Amino acid sequence: MSEEVKLMKGNEAIAHAAIRSGADGYFGYPITPQSEVMETLMAEKPWETTGMVVLQAESELAAINMVYGGACCGKAVMTSSSSPGISLKQEGISYCAGAELPCLILNVMRGGPGLGTIQPSQADYYQTCKGGGHGDYRLIVLAPASVQEMADFVNLGFDLAFKYHNPAMILSDGVIGQMMEKVVLPPFRERRTEEQIRKQEPWAAQGRTPDRARNVITSLEMDPVVMEQRNLKLQAKYAEIEANEVRFETINCEDADYLMVAFGSMARICQKAIDLAKEEGIKLGLLRPITLWPFPTKAIAEAAKGKKGVLVAEINAGQMIDDVKLAVNCSLPVEHFGRLGGIVPSPEEVVAAIKEKLM
Amino acid sequence: MDVNEIIKPENLVYRKPTLLNDNTMHYCPGCSHGVVHKLVAEIIEEIGMMENTIAVSPVGCAVFAYNYVDVDWIQAAHGRAPAVATAAKRLNPHKLVFTYQGDGDLAAIGTAETIHACNRGENITIIFINNGIYGMTGGQMAPTTLEGMVTVTCPYGRKPELNGYPLHIGELLAKLKGTCYVTRQSVHTPAAIRKTKKAIMKGFENSMNKKGTSVIEIVSTCNTGWKMSPDKANVWMEENMFAEYPMGDLKNE
Amino acid sequence: MAKIKGAITVNAERCKGCNLCVVACPSDVLALQPQKVNQKGYNYAYMANPDNCIGCASCGIVCPDGCIEVYKVKL
Repeated sequence: MSEEVKLMKGNEAIAHAAIRSGADGYFGYPITPQSEVMETLMAEKPWETTGMVVLQAESELAAINMVYGGACCGKAVMTSSSSPGISLKQEGISYCAGAELPCLILNVMRGGPGLGTIQPSQADYYQTCKGGGHGDYRLIVLAPASVQEMADFVNLGFDLAFKYHNPAMILSDGVIGQMMEKVVLPPFRERRTEEQIRKQEPWAAQGRTPDRARNVITSLEMDPVVMEQRNLKLQAKYAEIEANEVRFETINCEDADYLMVAFGSMARICQKAIDLAKEEGIKLGLLRPITLWPFPTKAIAEAAKGKKGVLVAEINAGQMIDDVKLAVNCSLPVEHFGRLGGIVPSPEEVVAAIKEKLM
Repeated sequence: MDVNEIIKPENLVYRKPTLLNDNTMHYCPGCSHGVVHKLVAEIIEEIGMMENTIAVSPVGCAVFAYNYVDVDWIQAAHGRAPAVATAAKRLNPHKLVFTYQGDGDLAAIGTAETIHACNRGENITIIFINNGIYGMTGGQMAPTTLEGMVTVTCPYGRKPELNGYPLHIGELLAKLKGTCYVTRQSVHTPAAIRKTKKAIMKGFENSMNKKGTSVIEIVSTCNTGWKMSPDKANVWMEENMFAEYPMGDLKNE
Repeated sequence: MAKIKGAITVNAERCKGCNLCVVACPSDVLALQPQKVNQKGYNYAYMANPDNCIGCASCGIVCPDGCIEVYKVKL
């Protein structure tokens, strides 16, 4: 079968990819700039085709707890929101991480703090990669830079979530969510049957059969000795993810004097900046982290070797720069460039920042 | 006739259900939770739904319900049980899904989730223990605390001008089109317990017959929080709680 | 009319001495141990007047901890 190329928004691609991924359920609440995800799902009516449940919840709190409930049953479930809504979901995300539940969360970031703006931003890097909710936990964080990656990361997110029994987040932004691009949608995957779920997810709450003890899905443990062991098990899992799942892309890094590190839509802008700088005889390279956690620490250290400086470009006031600085360990100058308030920077501004801050 | 001649397996007429396991319950002596747990276990056993039951426990004293009733459990965040149950049921429509929640969980922090799950007519049963106080955290005022009732956060008694009025969440839920059955029961006498058992059974049947949301409010005691002996707490409940929260069906369609 | 005779057993270690079975018993069969306590320190319930028991199971039904088994014979 030949590939079918379609033109659509990033948010729409997420919805189509979710139906095709064999997802069992989506639970959402409207918020700009990601409302097209649920709108597309409702228009597509997947409950009539794949049997996927789509429900508009009364709040982000309810939506993430529906995800928690579905994930507890071993189902492939997801939600989507944008920054203020993701803040509301943090309680449930922490519970999902604590109970080691596979699920997929999409954040189409907008500017903050507070109600902020509906314009694009990347200011939730800290929230996503450094905590968000309470407790020592990590999310697997995928940062798409195209509509194609929005579609592709649905399957990848679910696969990683189920492989490690951990919530995965697609950390997108208003640019990627709203822009229209060509996309090849992934092929259809079958939803799992109850028998398959019982076999593949024996921990799940599917109803206790006489051959096993009851399954209890909880993040609660009153005995500190047991709770410490639980936490250590989580940490061991996170170390495994860090060892196996780092993903990144490098562009023009070998032949560059200066390295840029940027993710998502900002990486697209930096890519254009490479071409602009070339015209002026400035050699720029780009490392784009695809997984923001686990962070490509070693790859950045490697790419920074022999360079004159690093520019971390983010649509925020400087968040990922902390991790880049740790990666290069003060071996060369690391500067930040970013715009705030929902303003998306131009490639020209990036080149200007290189010249001003590093040359 | 010697007692030992009577105590033989063939003469057994009552014992706790097998699905209520042998773990010693953490509840205080005389706590109503134990009786309701026993009823839930008894009913699931009688209707043979163990393999198809997904139970949702709250935050509060009943958070550990999963230690005692031998079915699969999901422990929800505080107040979120109806949202959790919504997804569990919608994704597993042929399973029996119920929540077990206290008054703080259901009627304070979880009011939105409770009302909206009921308003959507989710095919779940909500078992609601109303004892007018927060037990687990040490006896603080609940939305259902009676006027004048003393708790550690209203040590001079609940005053409406300061704390508002006892919340009749059962009556509120009965008004919603999504609920098919809202009833208020108790478990302080053998007769009351039999009626409550029938009510929970009916709720479970409604859930399986896709009739909408059933809410079984059980006015209960918290003798520790109320600072009374268990038997005195039962008397106090009849005299005071029943006056504010009268027994009987609020809706039965 | 056939006479009915009952008897109960109490899981003494599980019993918390809440007294609810004592109150529920229509025949004054039950009492809490006046002296003896279980390992948790509770004065557990026992048949103080076993001859009165009619095996109605009221005690078992109200017991929050599921400690009581009830037996009954028709004489």
